[in-house]
Amino acid sequence: MTDTERGSPYAPHTVAETRSMLDEVGVENEEALFDVPESVRFDGQFGIEARSEPATRREARRTLARNDDLVSFLGRGHYAHEVPSVVADLASRSEFLTSYTQYQPEVAQGFLQALFEYQSMLVELTGLEIANCSMHDRATALGEAATLATRVRETSGSTVLVPELVRDEQLAVLENYAHGGDLSIETVPATDGTVDLDALEDVIDDEVVMVYAENPTVRGTIEENLEAIGDLADAHDALFCLGSDPVALALLEEPASVGADVVVGDAGTLGLGQAYGMGHGLFATRADFLRQVPGRLVGASTDESGRRAYTLTLQTREQHIRRERATSNICTNQAWVALRTAMHVAWLGPDGLLELAEDCVRNARELAARIDEIDGLRAPVHDRHHFREFVVATDQPADVIREGLHEEGFAIHAIGEHRLQLCVTDANEHATDRLVAALREVA
Amino acid sequence: MHYDQARWADDEAYESLLVEKREATVEPGGSEDAPLPDDLTRDSLSLPAPAEPELARHYTRLSQETYGVTSGPFPLGSCTMKYNPPLLEDVAADPAAAVHPDRPVETIQGTLEVMATLQDWLGRIGGMDAVTLQPPAGAAGEYTGLLIAKAYHEDHGNDRDEVIIPDSAHGTNFASAAMAGFDVVELPSAEDGRVDMDALAAAVGESTAALMLTNPNTLGLFERDIETIADVVHDAGGLLYYDGANLNALLGRARPGDMGFDVMHYNVHKTFATPHGGGGPGAGPVGVVSDLAPYLPEPHVREVRSASASDYELYEPEASIGKVHGFHGNWLVLLKAYAYIRRLGDEGLADASAKAVLNANYLAEQIDLEIPYGPFHHEFVASAGDRDAIDVAKHMLDFGVHPPTTKWPELVSEALMTEPTEVESKDTLDRLAAAFAAASAAEASELQDAPQRTTAGRIDQVEAARNPRLSWHALDGAE
Repeated sequence: MTDTERGSPYAPHTVAETRSMLDEVGVENEEALFDVPESVRFDGQFGIEARSEPATRREARRTLARNDDLVSFLGRGHYAHEVPSVVADLASRSEFLTSYTQYQPEVAQGFLQALFEYQSMLVELTGLEIANCSMHDRATALGEAATLATRVRETSGSTVLVPELVRDEQLAVLENYAHGGDLSIETVPATDGTVDLDALEDVIDDEVVMVYAENPTVRGTIEENLEAIGDLADAHDALFCLGSDPVALALLEEPASVGADVVVGDAGTLGLGQAYGMGHGLFATRADFLRQVPGRLVGASTDESGRRAYTLTLQTREQHIRRERATSNICTNQAWVALRTAMHVAWLGPDGLLELAEDCVRNARELAARIDEIDGLRAPVHDRHHFREFVVATDQPADVIREGLHEEGFAIHAIGEHRLQLCVTDANEHATDRLVAALREVA
Repeated sequence: MHYDQARWADDEAYESLLVEKREATVEPGGSEDAPLPDDLTRDSLSLPAPAEPELARHYTRLSQETYGVTSGPFPLGSCTMKYNPPLLEDVAADPAAAVHPDRPVETIQGTLEVMATLQDWLGRIGGMDAVTLQPPAGAAGEYTGLLIAKAYHEDHGNDRDEVIIPDSAHGTNFASAAMAGFDVVELPSAEDGRVDMDALAAAVGESTAALMLTNPNTLGLFERDIETIADVVHDAGGLLYYDGANLNALLGRARPGDMGFDVMHYNVHKTFATPHGGGGPGAGPVGVVSDLAPYLPEPHVREVRSASASDYELYEPEASIGKVHGFHGNWLVLLKAYAYIRRLGDEGLADASAKAVLNANYLAEQIDLEIPYGPFHHEFVASAGDRDAIDVAKHMLDFGVHPPTTKWPELVSEALMTEPTEVESKDTLDRLAAAFAAASAAEASELQDAPQRTTAGRIDQVEAARNPRLSWHALDGAE
């Protein structure tokens, strides 16, 4: 029996050990070790009751059971493909889970190699030369791209251009990053769900430091003018930043081939599953900007015996060395999610990943066609090619349909008074027949 | 003490995942099977394609070449590498937790209840009136707190553009201040390693937006003058920011809110045992006093009580700074922190700090190196003396322990910043002390040749930086 019966279950001290350690230190009790003035002492009463392990598990399960069990056809920037069991199993190996950022690379070769593989996969998918280990999410990666743009541009500028069709939340994050860098944000109008090229040409000038576009867009449409957007950015010495994800990148135009300077996105789309918006920020860029990249980079080197070895490198860019002149404040990132993404990509292989991406086009097209046949619904609203998701026009108020489907066990987006949005992936494809049947009833 | 880390590098098949790739070709547009026209697609894609059993072995081997808390002691100063209970993973793996961020609030009351409860608990633990869970890491928390400070000052008609930071602070403090658009004023430490009160008095003024402090500081010392410091900063119209990296030293003994701090972040991946995962994800919730609550990021979770039940909703605080994460932060990490705090409760949390501080003090007694500053709490900074701290650290690896943080903070020459946490037993601490002793007594040549028993020997950092090879395209034998 230990003295920690009412203490931390993870502190292994027996009563006798605690006593002998206190004696060794030369104090009567643990309280004597706290050099805290009386006036700011706290009595330790938070009012949080401890629970046994089973009781903690039961309580968490009971609380989470208040979440409705719905089949989700939600997308709009948070996508979750089916995670193979082997990925979840391998990622939960405790050596991976309980290790730290690789400041002692000699004992962290395994994790470093896995991150190096992740970086390599993203280099392959984007066509750009550098991918970092991760940013927090797509929105913060976009913010980091904007600050990168101000650092690499030879003349100062004042504006970041973003498409009209991006999530408000993402824009809100970008605004904070841009504000710190004295940048303002302007939006470029859309035409039928993609960037209006003429409008972009009108609004772009030499004050623009970065042009952002997404492929696919938040409405699931595929951009058809990426190269032209890249050329316009280039003509004004602005960076072209493209938002995407690893599945879309497997099929859609390679970012490097359309002139993208930076690719951001949520790479947690593979490997993590639905996580209330948690993911991990993809960040890839051109070799020219190597010294200005935010976040962690793993490089190959050799050890003293001449064998291949991996290490975090170019750390003089980072906060723990460069402090206020660092390229970013990022320290803890999403490394473990990047590990899961790499595992999932490796599990799929190029054929599997490409097939998954092609299904994102075919399934969306097929589901839109079936919905278009239902009275009172028209899909897709935009006359574009689609990836995973599409917008549906409704006769009835969209909220009524959304709520009706909720009753039937489905979650879908209502994005306007008469607009729904549906996202179909390998995670919900099995339920499309039931969804169509429910829509027929409700719409 | 004999240790050998797994080393699979000699296996010829080892790097096959990197160099042997397969190419998949996109079906040409116009053909019957083509999903899209040619001009919207790439041509081909080259990636590794291991069969599942190969994949399982590959990553199992990589895990064996990775040292974690479950491999052995991990006294990495300032990082609080405590044991990460699998209970937390179990709780987070509940399928009911796997929800989309756009789900209507009435369909995710469980998730919101967990978040509201965690907000409440963190508020109690830190002595703060309101807490946001959105920041995805500690540095993101700093950034959020500083955006709140900025908005608060702007709202009160004050143009305050300076943030004061002690020279011993974490590097993220400086970087976060710069990212939030502030100028950094560096505060020299006093001879005793704490805040120099004269220097502080000289530094504060009408431009001061905030002072950022870690308490106990990075030397493990409690800032005894904290109330006076708070008065000086507040009298000048500034705010006091608490860097929560060292909160594991104080649970149940003192709260930032009671010390006069206005805004703080918590590192749940340190204090509340969520796993570091090789560099994240973590979470950096931010707590504030009531005057600052209107500025919290949106959306914020709150409880709506009725006679029959508690319901939860999302709302936008009236003067919100906007957003610092695209959705709701690192939800699964927050869920793990919730499970940890519930498991420990008041007594467990207080005991965690008691044992963390006892362990640091006991370990310090067992090692022969000079520790110039004290009394310390959960961590101490020893000096490797005339040895290079990095050499000593590398040799410690050979004894199957993870070394301390090296060469930082710079107030101590050849610093070995050591934080054993509460999870180590007396026996393990004795083993750690023996590793300290052996490494610091080793011959110079032994130190330079260390480590010998790890997956890789000493790695050439200069080569890595001078000739950056950052993907498999840069490796020999790659296509």
